[in-house]
Amino acid sequence: MKRAIKNEMSLSFPSKSCNEAFARSAVAAFVMNLDPTISELSDIKTAVSEAVTNCIVHGYRRSSGTIYIKGRITDDNKVTLKIRDKGCGIEDVKKAMEPLYTSAPEEERAGLGFAVMQSFCDKVRVKSAVGKGTTVTLEKMISSNDD
Amino acid sequence: MLKTDYKNNTLTAYIEGEIDHDSAVKIRTQVDGAAQSLRPRLLCLDFSNVSFMDSSGVGLVMGRYRQMKLLGGSLRVINIPDRLYRIFAMSGLEGLGVLR
Ligand SMILES: Nc1ncnc2c1ncn2[C@@H]1O[C@H](COP(=O)(O)OP(=O)(O)OP(=O)(O)O)[C@@H](O)[C@H]1O
Ligand SMILES: [Mg+2]
Repeated sequence: MKRAIKNEMSLSFPSKSCNEAFARSAVAAFVMNLDPTISELSDIKTAVSEAVTNCIVHGYRRSSGTIYIKGRITDDNKVTLKIRDKGCGIEDVKKAMEPLYTSAPEEERAGLGFAVMQSFCDKVRVKSAVGKGTTVTLEKMISSNDD
Repeated sequence: MLKTDYKNNTLTAYIEGEIDHDSAVKIRTQVDGAAQSLRPRLLCLDFSNVSFMDSSGVGLVMGRYRQMKLLGGSLRVINIPDRLYRIFAMSGLEGLGVLR
């Protein structure tokens, strides 16, 4: 069934590491009027932080560029977030998503970003093309507290 | 500025606020600076006042674990708030015995 859209937003900002905190706070503010639980909100903030950090440290590795976030809330209280970069892309998405795999161990990366997104959201999709960029789609249902 | 104290060969660093890739870089520089000059036998990272953490926090702890090994000491992470534990549980850090 196609769900009616309750709200939408879009954001874009440069790939500076100070924008990691900005992005997760902005998304939290967007989700806020669904009245999420503290743990739902913290799950979303953590997953967004992972996806945005990946755009900065991997996608735009030695360059810089713009990060795009599109958010949507449908009437079933589902939040969908698309986080996109136009960076280097991922050659092997399946391998990249394996827990503990990282292409940057020397930078003290743990290889847990995708595993965290998967465990903190209901659904994670990754679309990537080498040389073109990466889009991560996160979906999470928010339990409605409005009773 | 990072709050630290040093007694009985133990350097304790009180980490505050949010740990992400941005702040981890700053925390790392300060903790490693203190550890290199004091050469403690034990480095304690106190997480009581950490309000948010993503996988960069795991990278920060793993990096300090290696750093302390190089300096001939050991590492302990103490007072980890329950809600942050989930990410640590996904890492291999539990097996290293550094989480308290
Ligand atoms: N936006 C992206 N652009 C290019 N490569 C990416 C992107 N996101 C992830 N990757 C690749 O996928 C790998 C795994 O990502 P993941 O977030 O799981 O771990 P990590 O970023 O290496 O470590 P951590 O997230 O724990 O700091 C990365 O090491 C990188 O090679
Ligand atoms: Mg990552």
